Amino acid sequence: MAAEPVIQLRDITKRFPGVVANDGVTVEVGRGEIHAVVGENGAGKSTLMKILYGLYRPDAGEILIRGRPVALDGPRHALHLGIGMVHQHFMLVPGFTVTENIILGSEPASHGRLDRARARAVVARLCQQFGFRLDPDAQVQTLSVGEQQRIEILKVLYRGAEILILDEPTAVLVPQEVEELFTNLRRLRADGKTILFISHKLDEVLAIADRITVLRRGRVVGTVAAGATKAALAEMMVGRPVLLALERSPAAPGELMLEAQDLTVADGDGRALVRGVSLAVRGGEIYAIAGVEGNGQSELVEALVGLRPLAGGRVLVGGAPVARHTVREARSRGVAHVPEDRHRRGLVLPMAVWENLILGHHRRRSFLRGPFLRMPAILEFGRQRVAEFDVRVPALRTPALALSGGNQQKLVLARELAFQPRVLIAAQPTRGLDIGATEFVRRQLLAARAEGRAVLLVSADLDEVLTLADRIGVMYNGRIAAEFAHGEATPAELGLYMVGTERKGREGAP
Amino acid sequence: MELVASAIRLTVPILLASLGAVFSERGGVVNIGLEGIMIVGTFFGALGALKYGPAAGVAMAAAAGLALALLHAVVTITFHVDQIISGVALNMLAGGLTRFLSILLFGMATQSPGVPGFAPLSVPLLRDVPFLRPVASGISPLVVLAALAVVAAHLILTRTVFGLRLRAVGENPHAADTLGLNVYVLRYSGVLLSGVFAGVAGSYLAIEQGRHYFEGMTQGRGFIALAALIFGNWWPVGAAAASALFGFFDALSLRVVVTGVPYQFITALPYAVSILVLAGVVRRARPPAAAGRPYVKEEG
Repeated sequence: MAAEPVIQLRDITKRFPGVVANDGVTVEVGRGEIHAVVGENGAGKSTLMKILYGLYRPDAGEILIRGRPVALDGPRHALHLGIGMVHQHFMLVPGFTVTENIILGSEPASHGRLDRARARAVVARLCQQFGFRLDPDAQVQTLSVGEQQRIEILKVLYRGAEILILDEPTAVLVPQEVEELFTNLRRLRADGKTILFISHKLDEVLAIADRITVLRRGRVVGTVAAGATKAALAEMMVGRPVLLALERSPAAPGELMLEAQDLTVADGDGRALVRGVSLAVRGGEIYAIAGVEGNGQSELVEALVGLRPLAGGRVLVGGAPVARHTVREARSRGVAHVPEDRHRRGLVLPMAVWENLILGHHRRRSFLRGPFLRMPAILEFGRQRVAEFDVRVPALRTPALALSGGNQQKLVLARELAFQPRVLIAAQPTRGLDIGATEFVRRQLLAARAEGRAVLLVSADLDEVLTLADRIGVMYNGRIAAEFAHGEATPAELGLYMVGTERKGREGAP
Repeated sequence: MELVASAIRLTVPILLASLGAVFSERGGVVNIGLEGIMIVGTFFGALGALKYGPAAGVAMAAAAGLALALLHAVVTITFHVDQIISGVALNMLAGGLTRFLSILLFGMATQSPGVPGFAPLSVPLLRDVPFLRPVASGISPLVVLAALAVVAAHLILTRTVFGLRLRAVGENPHAADTLGLNVYVLRYSGVLLSGVFAGVAGSYLAIEQGRHYFEGMTQGRGFIALAALIFGNWWPVGAAAASALFGFFDALSLRVVVTGVPYQFITALPYAVSILVLAGVVRRARPPAAAGRPYVKEEG
């Protein structure tokens, strides 16, 4: 298919202690092609890209660039061959301007003296050539995520890259920014650049890629052309048919379970992070908060569960105000919490599975005899939770850090959904999980809804928000900028509110 | 005018040390060992001046400062030791080292014989105006050097490739690394520059101000220089202005000795001012993002 292969990876094998990350992987990419590499977490996508970028050396196999075998020995060498990497986590200097960030490391200069005028002109010309909307003089810290990503791409182009590797480039973008990225990528393709695009979002891959290589457990399952269906790709990725559409029973909202009234949260310097947020979630309802990260969602959640002091407003659970604003009080009133950072807040990683399962429940009568833990009861509880939530663990005394991400999240859910909570607050519950685990977590959220619990879901994943939620609140700059009912909003509409270009007048509403 | 002249003289050592601190911290390395480097600078400044004249004193102080800074750099940059701990160690080392060498070389534990200073400069014409005479004459060449250093430091940081790279390494060493910059080399240069500056600052105290080496003659000016750095928001010109402020209060404290206020309160004035200034200013100040954090290169 690739008439003139620019990149040829042949039988690449890379082993790490205990795992074979890449097992005889062969991929060919033609000039002017957008080639996507998809796979679940741990399928070996990142390893393969790091090999191509010279960060890892393969144990076996061959890399050919423009038909010539190469032994890459680092990013500089890769760049020299015209291979540039756009990292998922941006590598930018926040206090520098766009121009400074782009030229850093290969500055136009004479005798050590920086030629700022020339630098600026070069950057402006690059922007113009590829149609990138970017102000060369803007400070990076004032720019949106989408703009910062454009800088990363320009950094690579400035260094003369002909082959661009993009690692999960859409993970941090809102729909409009994804559109613009894709437009830019198509323009680069028209210019003859070759693009390798790593992702696990199938819709996006199908929208942009010319060909798609699917990896599973370190092996190539197949390479398909753009016309493939999403279901077929998902099945290749997971290795079994995946139900992409979740069954969602009709909404049956019950009593008010969780209410925030005019909630205000401030940081240490008194800056308001959450500004007068009011929301109400009924039993049997999923209320989702969508938004670009850093717009107050995390702080709102922390305030609701008692982790953060309130600067104003109040929280009601089951219709009654929470008397003391502590985590213990919230939990005893039936508020369960799946924290966004499961490693730091969801689990105590070095502790055993059984210990993690009773954290927060450890004062329950059934677990105690005087000051001592009642081990038989606890272990019985642990066995039952692990079985019910299908947590794959060798033993209850295995430390939580030995589990995969999906199993860790199942463990958190198993703990939080024990003892019939009235409210479940789940922050980014599927972040970083593979398709199988994501599906499981989403089912659990729907199950909690069916059981009449009030579910508050905070998610940056718009698909998740749109499929699961009965109501959606978009958070921007510490406020709920807009509210929608299920089926009322498109991803593009949500995106507009997420970046603050649209605003529904909700101020002054009760 | 007498007061202004005295303020300028007292500003110079703080200013030189704070310029050094600018380079070190802009590159991402906190150097609280500046005080110690200044102490070593006072000693070697006096030693060099005594043996070969004032210029040699300055050069020896700079070299000694460089050596001590190299120690700080090796320990913190190459071996990732906590920068504060290394700085404290440097300060303690400096105290012991100078006392030991003082007994060895001067035959006295706490001071040197008198040393020759530079021939003072004066501005033609202006020195004949009686009102301006205090500031227009008796100028140490090091004062001129310090003023030029402020301008040079500013230009280096803003207009040169080195300056841009140094600042990048202090803000986000990971980003700099991915662009092929050598984080370690850049950080070393920042720290070494700080050693040279602080060494010269020390030599100024011994050669131009005290005309002797005295133990403890730095009186914490290395720390005040760090306060000036923060107050000046990590920029050379800002640090110069802040140093001038501290120098002014230093001069003031020397002049108001005759009032009824107990002497100890007056001498505490410069230090009290720096605490107050820092308390008011630290909230707004924006240090280089990676200052104080060791950079550990990832293994590929």
